[in-house]
Amino acid sequence: MTRMLKILKKPVTCMLIAIFCGFVVSALILFATGYNPTQSLAIMFNAVFSRPKFITNVIIKSTPIILTGLSVAFAFRTGLFNIGAEGQYIAATIASTVVGISLDLHPILQIPIVILSGVLVGALWGAFIGFLKAKFGIHEVITSIMLNWTTLYLNNYVANSARFHKPESDGTYPINDSGLTMILYNWKFSEEGRSFLKNNQTLNDILLKTDLNIGFIVAIIAAIIVWVLLYKTSKGYELRTVGLNPHAAKYAGISVNRSIVFSMLIAGALSGLAGALYVTGSSSHNIHVLSMFENNGFNGLAVALIASSSPIGCIFAGLMFSGLIYAGQSLQFKTGAPSEIVNIMIGTIVFFVALTQIIPVIADKFTRRRSEHVK
Amino acid sequence: MLNNILIAIGITLMYSSPLVFSAIGGVISERSGVTNIGIEGMMSIGAFTGAAVGYYTGNPWFGLMCAGLAGGLLALLHAVASITFRADQTVSGIAINLIGPGVALFLSRLYFDGTTMTKPVTNKLPKIFDLMGINNDALNSINVDITVIIAFLLVLLTWFVMYKTKWGLRIRALGEHPAAVDTLGVSVYRSRYACVIISGILSGIGGASVTLAIISQFTTTAISGQGFIALAAVIFGKWRPWGAYLACLLFGFAQALVVLLGGGAVSVPSDILAMLPYVLTILVLIIFVGRLSAPKASGKPYEKGAR
Repeated sequence: MTRMLKILKKPVTCMLIAIFCGFVVSALILFATGYNPTQSLAIMFNAVFSRPKFITNVIIKSTPIILTGLSVAFAFRTGLFNIGAEGQYIAATIASTVVGISLDLHPILQIPIVILSGVLVGALWGAFIGFLKAKFGIHEVITSIMLNWTTLYLNNYVANSARFHKPESDGTYPINDSGLTMILYNWKFSEEGRSFLKNNQTLNDILLKTDLNIGFIVAIIAAIIVWVLLYKTSKGYELRTVGLNPHAAKYAGISVNRSIVFSMLIAGALSGLAGALYVTGSSSHNIHVLSMFENNGFNGLAVALIASSSPIGCIFAGLMFSGLIYAGQSLQFKTGAPSEIVNIMIGTIVFFVALTQIIPVIADKFTRRRSEHVK
Repeated sequence: MLNNILIAIGITLMYSSPLVFSAIGGVISERSGVTNIGIEGMMSIGAFTGAAVGYYTGNPWFGLMCAGLAGGLLALLHAVASITFRADQTVSGIAINLIGPGVALFLSRLYFDGTTMTKPVTNKLPKIFDLMGINNDALNSINVDITVIIAFLLVLLTWFVMYKTKWGLRIRALGEHPAAVDTLGVSVYRSRYACVIISGILSGIGGASVTLAIISQFTTTAISGQGFIALAAVIFGKWRPWGAYLACLLFGFAQALVVLLGGGAVSVPSDILAMLPYVLTILVLIIFVGRLSAPKASGKPYEKGAR
């Protein structure tokens, strides 16, 4: 009994329960609307796992939301709500595209410069939000929301500008090839690469049919760095203290205002990294006119919440999120069931994440009551 | 000139009225101590329900009612999580923002031949001058939707209830010091449930006032971020009914400027001009508003008997 209570108190258990509940609710909705739930689940499972190409695509698509998820999770841990990840992401795609088109250096220089320009602009976007909160006390949620929209229109301005707009398209030119971060990009299209891949079906599927790029590896490294920064450094300790109790932090001599700006700078940089890696890694390597948000930042919110703001958890939550979206499209194509069932499923999972937070509290009460009984 | 002013007033009122409904809902919920980030989701479900019911019954008023009901139902979920289960209200709110549009689009595909937009409603909500039987071309640009008037009356009513009645005092106390309300024998849980559900009903109506008055159908972009703007208006307006109303008007006015200046009067690219409302809001906040403080207990679940 005590052991079961201990297991129940673990965050991972709550997360798994929430995911399970999300699946059950979605299955019930599918059943109620006349679709076969078990068949649907099987189709969704196959959509992700039946071919190496599909798995690779899920991994590629998960990269941006893992990073924006990290951005939100980091801000959460330091007491801030980064609903501005969307804007920071877009700002970075603009910067990386502009730099990637304007410069054409050797890849060894070009790739870091293009990516860093995105990271830098994302960081500035985040720091601006933090600065307004620290200096003027303006709620970060308002600034973030306003900045998201401002950035969306800035994106459209650049995409339409004479300098970057590609004629007869709705976007800019792609960035120069020297800035691309696909794995074995030159080799896989070469004579030698093609003949090698012909004999290896799996590798052929993974390399030639997808935009396999370095993004996912960078995202994992970023998650580890964020974890180390938060839990293994004194700076991280300070930031978390500000997050848990700003008054206590102030009393302990931590500059709360500086922490806020620093946290938002890092959060912005992470969202920026997501945008930069997307431009360099996934076609069409440009920005295009947006009529509404593409939700790379907003989905990061859901990823961070499903992971209960654990940096490492964001990797798995991002993969699951990306897999579900991918599977949803296939489900709609094969059975006609609306792909939005996936959004409902993810929403339900997040909802149950909120509900299951009470499990540790109840488990705690049980343990206490039992120990009192023993006395 | 006069004509331009009238156009500006018309657009300001038209654009702000859906925001007003949702923002007032937000004010009520937050003053009672429950943060409502889920406004966007509640508006989406309201926008769909309003348009769908309006289309199938031909009665926009019935559509508006059902939209309120749908928003209220979604808010009930938020209430269960944040009040009964004492969950993190931000998490639950974001869940609502995912579920709302998800359900709206899911149902749209089921009831409208697999598309994500509803068919246009035949009867929209009436405009004020048509209702009064005035037919004057000069006043055409301020012939605004009836929802503009309802929104204004709603603000008036909310202000009155909140500051002039004992219920209002209780709501405000709930957000500052729920334990004090509890000692008076008023159920914190039940009162908060009521406030959150009212907030959802208003957000749903706000969403439907887009699809039943401004445009005549639900599309994927009908509600794109307006719930978040309403949320910003709640904070901007310092969690007060009139404050939130003014914030919504300011936002609507900035949109009117975009339309007027976009007519070729100045040579600014339209994408840059479109940033105006958002940049203006940030500037106004920096210059005029300063530090804002939320209701003290907002976002904190209440546990009876806890110290």
